[in-house]
Amino acid sequence: MTETVTYELMVNGERRVVEGSWLGESLLFALRERLGLPGSKNACEQGECGSCSVRLDDRLVCACLVLAADAQGRSVTTVEGLTGADGDALTDVQRAFLDEGGVQCGFCTPGLVMSVHDLLDRNPTPDDLELREAISGNLCRCTGYGRILAAARTVVARRGEASLHESEGPA
Amino acid sequence: MVEVNAGRRRPSSVVSLTRVPELAGWHREGDEIVLGACLTYADMERGELAALVPALAQAARTIGSPQIRAVATLGGNIGTASPAGDTLPVLAALDAVVEVAGRAGGRRVPLLELITGVKKTSLAPGELVTAVRVPVLRGGQEFLKVGTRNAMVISVVMVAVVVDLDGQSVRAGLGSVAPVPVRAREAERYAGEHTDWSRGRLAGPAVARRFGELCAESTAAIDDHRSTADYRRRAVAVCAARALARALPPLEA
Ligand SMILES: Cc1cc2nc3c(=O)[nH]c(=O)nc-3n(C[C@H](O)[C@H](O)[C@H](O)COP(=O)(O)OP(=O)(O)OC[C@H]3O[C@@H](n4cnc5c(N)ncnc54)[C@H](O)[C@@H]3O)c2cc1C
Ligand code: FES
Ligand code: FES
Repeated sequence: MTETVTYELMVNGERRVVEGSWLGESLLFALRERLGLPGSKNACEQGECGSCSVRLDDRLVCACLVLAADAQGRSVTTVEGLTGADGDALTDVQRAFLDEGGVQCGFCTPGLVMSVHDLLDRNPTPDDLELREAISGNLCRCTGYGRILAAARTVVARRGEASLHESEGPA
Repeated sequence: MVEVNAGRRRPSSVVSLTRVPELAGWHREGDEIVLGACLTYADMERGELAALVPALAQAARTIGSPQIRAVATLGGNIGTASPAGDTLPVLAALDAVVEVAGRAGGRRVPLLELITGVKKTSLAPGELVTAVRVPVLRGGQEFLKVGTRNAMVISVVMVAVVVDLDGQSVRAGLGSVAPVPVRAREAERYAGEHTDWSRGRLAGPAVARRFGELCAESTAAIDDHRSTADYRRRAVAVCAARALARALPPLEA
């Protein structure tokens, strides 16, 4: 006999109720199978691949390693919760992945997008090693990472240009 | 969580330690630092704590990936008691004392007595690691790890060297080379005797090399799917010599 539990999660700014769940379920399972948010991918369920990366409060974590019930009272941000500036459906990181050819099969993409956002929020001008370290927990079997690193560098460059224009003000 | 996902464990109840404020964070008590059991590797990697216990910060930064380091805890590394637990050689070198709480009350146990074998501890059922005490020492510290790649890797060997300039001692903790973390006592004695403590320098570069060899002799390395005993001894010798020369630079020969 397995007891079930019901609890509330705050996901992408919305209160969501998880009903009749087994206590041992991971946050990844709850997001995908109970809340209909399949953006976070399930590849290994052991913390190795990073395709399930989500933001839990202010930290990037593998959703597969977090007990869903333990995420109560915290704020969860998944790839579905990312929005671009000025109503763009894509964030600048997502757009750079497309522009630079950083997406092939796309399975790793949501996790990598979360990792690059997390890095740039903490460190807007990472050097190459910091960039590599930041994506060291995300496996990609297609791209060989070159296009992903290029995408991240493009975001840094574009944000740099944008803030330059802002500081120069209107002509 | 990995075992739960794989269906190898089916917990009927769960205790969320991350919500117990007494287990979180760290603080200083005189010459000691009290590390809460729920301190994560991300907490140890940078900032003030990293400056106070640099070898622990170095070890933390080699663990898993940023996503792993954001959630995995010091208490969990001790509770797992894996021979490849990356903080364990550092804690061994620091003579860390583990605070344990249970129904019968609390006790303090040196780390090396708590870890009794491969994934075995002397924790009684219901006992919990609540904190770990390590000293604040004046002197260099260095942690080196060898694995088959740079990130997300289980250690093939680990070496932690800690210098105590005031106590005039060198301490070395080795990992992944025996069922439990090892202190290289012979090597420590040798290095201590061949150091110019008034200047805080090793007597010469050859001392670091000999120290490395003595560290290698104190291991009980085995062949397994990750490496061979021979490679492990060799890697310990090289890493220990390098770590000591960084933590306590030699006088020129
Ligand atoms: C992808 C991946 C990569 C990893 N890489 C590394 C690595 O490079 N180096 C390394 O050393 N480890 C690594 N680990 C192992 C693991 O994450 C660490 O050992 C970590 O410290 C475990 O901490 P936790 O809080 O997640 O513990 P949990 O997984 O929650 O628990 C682990 C065990 O310790 C017990 N435990 C937890 N807290 C306490 C406590 N306070 N008192 C007593 N027992 C307790 C639990 O009951 C359980 O038996 C990795 C794990 C994964 C999944
Ligand atoms: S599914 Fe979570 S890290 Fe692979
Ligand atoms: S694009 Fe296929 S795994 Fe990365």
